[in-house]
Amino acid sequence: MSEAEAVRTLKINILRFDPNDPDDFPHMQTFEIQESAGMTLYIVLNEIREHHDNALMFDFVCRAGICGSCSMLINGRPGLACRTLTSKMDANITLAPLPLFELIKDLSIHTGKWMRGLSERLETWIHEQEQTRDIDMLEERMEPALADEIYELDRCIECGCCVAGCGTIQMRPDFVGAVGLNKIARYHLDPRDKRSEEEYYKLIGDENGVFGCMTLLGCEDVCPKDLPLRSKIAYLRRMMLKVAL
Amino acid sequence: MDVKKIDKTPARLDFLQSISGVVLAVFIMGHILFEASILISNEMMYRVTIMFEGYYFFGETYPGIISFLASAIFIIFILHATLALRKFPASYQQYKTIKEHTKRMKHEDSSLWMIQVITGFMMFFIGSVHLYIMITQPSNIGPYASSYRIVEEFMGPLYFMLLLSVIAHAFIGLYRVALKWGFMEGENTELSRKRFKFLMRHMIVVYIIIGLASLAKYTYIGLTHDFSDGVQYKSETIKIGEHK
Repeated sequence: MSEAEAVRTLKINILRFDPNDPDDFPHMQTFEIQESAGMTLYIVLNEIREHHDNALMFDFVCRAGICGSCSMLINGRPGLACRTLTSKMDANITLAPLPLFELIKDLSIHTGKWMRGLSERLETWIHEQEQTRDIDMLEERMEPALADEIYELDRCIECGCCVAGCGTIQMRPDFVGAVGLNKIARYHLDPRDKRSEEEYYKLIGDENGVFGCMTLLGCEDVCPKDLPLRSKIAYLRRMMLKVAL
Repeated sequence: MDVKKIDKTPARLDFLQSISGVVLAVFIMGHILFEASILISNEMMYRVTIMFEGYYFFGETYPGIISFLASAIFIIFILHATLALRKFPASYQQYKTIKEHTKRMKHEDSSLWMIQVITGFMMFFIGSVHLYIMITQPSNIGPYASSYRIVEEFMGPLYFMLLLSVIAHAFIGLYRVALKWGFMEGENTELSRKRFKFLMRHMIVVYIIIGLASLAKYTYIGLTHDFSDGVQYKSETIKIGEHK
């Protein structure tokens, strides 16, 4: 008896729906899985697909918290399946796709499409002055501390957790969200980007931008990469206020 | 990109909302402490009252000063409410979305925002009642007059609700403003946030205890004092000739 108790049976409830199948409707399906040592939700999902239902759809690439593909709602909170150990959870686990993003099927969502739109909207690339471009010129030197600061923000994997964890963007889908503001903070720090403060203000100085943020802090608390999102949003808020005073 | 024209209003609105909130919160922190002077003695509360009526500056009391101060607070209050309305859910759909989101997330800071919306909405009404009475009856403040209002004029329940909502709203608001603008943020931003949250929680508890104790004392005076002689307090040591 005691051995049987030592191995838990996990009850995995998954919200399933195929938007391309006209006969399908959103419904919950429960799978029972024997827990093993060091098991992550990513392993659980593979187990289900291998032994229970090979039609279950979910995204993954790296299984190490680097690619940002396996983001989903885990017991209602956004997180990465590959970074979530079942041993730290209750045996009853509910999984659902992240809200706001286009649903492909089951747990698979189109974050890439949304992120691409965001990049185009915020022009998240280095803007330099055309006439100064000279391919033989050495790149300007940068202080290591600044390079580190920029790199810290570049660690964003665009998993969409901060978007799904943000109450503001759920209510007002035109809000840029922490992922967008983090990118702007990253380019704003970068001396190679020659955009003026006014140009940045045009991108985020309204209520769909930094002044729409209601400081619910869901973004920072669910970010799997522990990015300093709140502090960067505060930084942008101060910068943008300076432009407007 | 055309950079000639930028609309500076959103930045200014956001800043005004924060700064008006901070002014109101600081006012409340003082307000609760001054009215708690009743816990020391009736005489102490009376002296605080006439201090605000200008006695220690002019040698006599001018309740009009209270009307003026209350009107100024009312204007800031309305300004803050107007600015905060921008953030309220604007439809049932939006309300349902944020409510379900908060419930699903089980996330403290998201829930704190919901408390801000609810307490803010409550204060549109109960805060306005309180402020209007202070503007129109500035001379009816004192150890007996205030107790009379609380017990005989049934303001007790309103003050009770106002106390809970204003304290929660003020300190949660200060916490959120600090994080919103990165006020006093150290190298370790996580630690700064933890400290602010610790401060917020403890200030709420301390202020609610002080506020409830004062309210209990006023209620006690209201229930036991004989008001047949009028509601004005007569000090043994301070005699004010003109004061009615």
